[in-house]
Amino acid sequence: MASLPVDLEDLIVCSKCDLLHRKATLSVAARAKCARCGTVLLVSRPRAIGQVLALALTAAVLMTVVVFTPFLQLQSGQFVSRASVFDTVMTFSEGIMLPLSFAVAVSIVVLPLTRLLALIYAFLPLFFGRSALPYAKVSFALAERLRPWAMAEIFMVGVAVALVKLSSLATLSVGPAFWSFAAIVLVVALKDTLMCRYSLWSLLDRAGA
Amino acid sequence: MITARAAGLVGCQSCGRANSQGQTRCVRCGSRIDSRTPRSLQHVWAWMAVGLIAYVPANTYPMLITSTVGDRQESTIMGGIIDLVEHGSYGVALIVFVASILVPVGKFIAIGYLAFCIPRRMQNPHSLLHLHEVVEFIGRWSMIDVFVVAILAALVQFDLIATINPGIAAVCFALSVVFTMVSAQSFDTRDIWDRVEETSAGT
Ligand SMILES: [Zn+2]
Ligand SMILES: [Zn+2]
Repeated sequence: MASLPVDLEDLIVCSKCDLLHRKATLSVAARAKCARCGTVLLVSRPRAIGQVLALALTAAVLMTVVVFTPFLQLQSGQFVSRASVFDTVMTFSEGIMLPLSFAVAVSIVVLPLTRLLALIYAFLPLFFGRSALPYAKVSFALAERLRPWAMAEIFMVGVAVALVKLSSLATLSVGPAFWSFAAIVLVVALKDTLMCRYSLWSLLDRAGA
Repeated sequence: MITARAAGLVGCQSCGRANSQGQTRCVRCGSRIDSRTPRSLQHVWAWMAVGLIAYVPANTYPMLITSTVGDRQESTIMGGIIDLVEHGSYGVALIVFVASILVPVGKFIAIGYLAFCIPRRMQNPHSLLHLHEVVEFIGRWSMIDVFVVAILAALVQFDLIATINPGIAAVCFALSVVFTMVSAQSFDTRDIWDRVEETSAGT
């Protein structure tokens, strides 16, 4: 058994390969990666919490635009149809198609929004110097765990394919929701790269959550 | 270099905190922790089997049901791709083919291969890790076709001229993607890394 510093809080364990790192040796690099497998362990970015929160709030507000304004508009002769994300989800609201409707709603709206709100809930009070709210850690852990299941970017590719499929049938135009959704995909991607999980966790530790 | 397990600690996969041995929940974030996930390969096989079962009807039943005046057309995944090729949209046909056929089938083979090789100590662990990374990254993208069906069905509801409705295959396909994603996530990559250590210690 190797002799290690007793303070377990100064250690970081890589989630992919279980390699043990000391925080002190890692924080010199701007983006510290696991010495063995290259998983990003921490990003030294002292102001990151403000940026992350701003991006999360922006994306959450855009999400409401997405849900209720028209996403695409289809015109064929004198027939016009508009579909919002809400309509898309409701298409499958009957019988056997219910699980599909559920899957679409969850992966493009519910989960992305849950992730954003959980993050805001956990860190907004800290940003204003207050102590953390109850279950702040649980909600941050949740936001992290839901990551692979939020599929907004995949939905965007689906939109592109649908546009091509329909282009021979009718004239298509995109609505405000389309642009908001595209913005969300970018904002969330930026937020996830700027975010340093380790520093956010230690922030919660210090706030006594 | 020393692993958390070798140091007598248990690392939290959710927040990276080192916990002392014997702990079942992380002291920081409360996630359940294990030094190595027990019976991870059994979970991999089980989820993959259900994923595979759901993938069969996803291909044989219609994905889209298009009704125009006096005409009702049902198209399967492959049928939809052939339609796109006939319309000259080769690029999109390729995207759908890759997302709905190549990736799912490739994923079943890759997961099966990984789950077969890991306990038998076959293959270079580094290449197995690469393969696992690819499988994890790519799996979610199979959902494209499900979203396409959802969008088409929501948009094309001109009762008089044309209506598009989703077929049962869309549900099966979505379920298949979810099950295989869970299957791929069930691997414990730390097990494979342990083998990297063993092999380098052996030579
Ligand atoms: Zn690592
Ligand atoms: Zn933890």
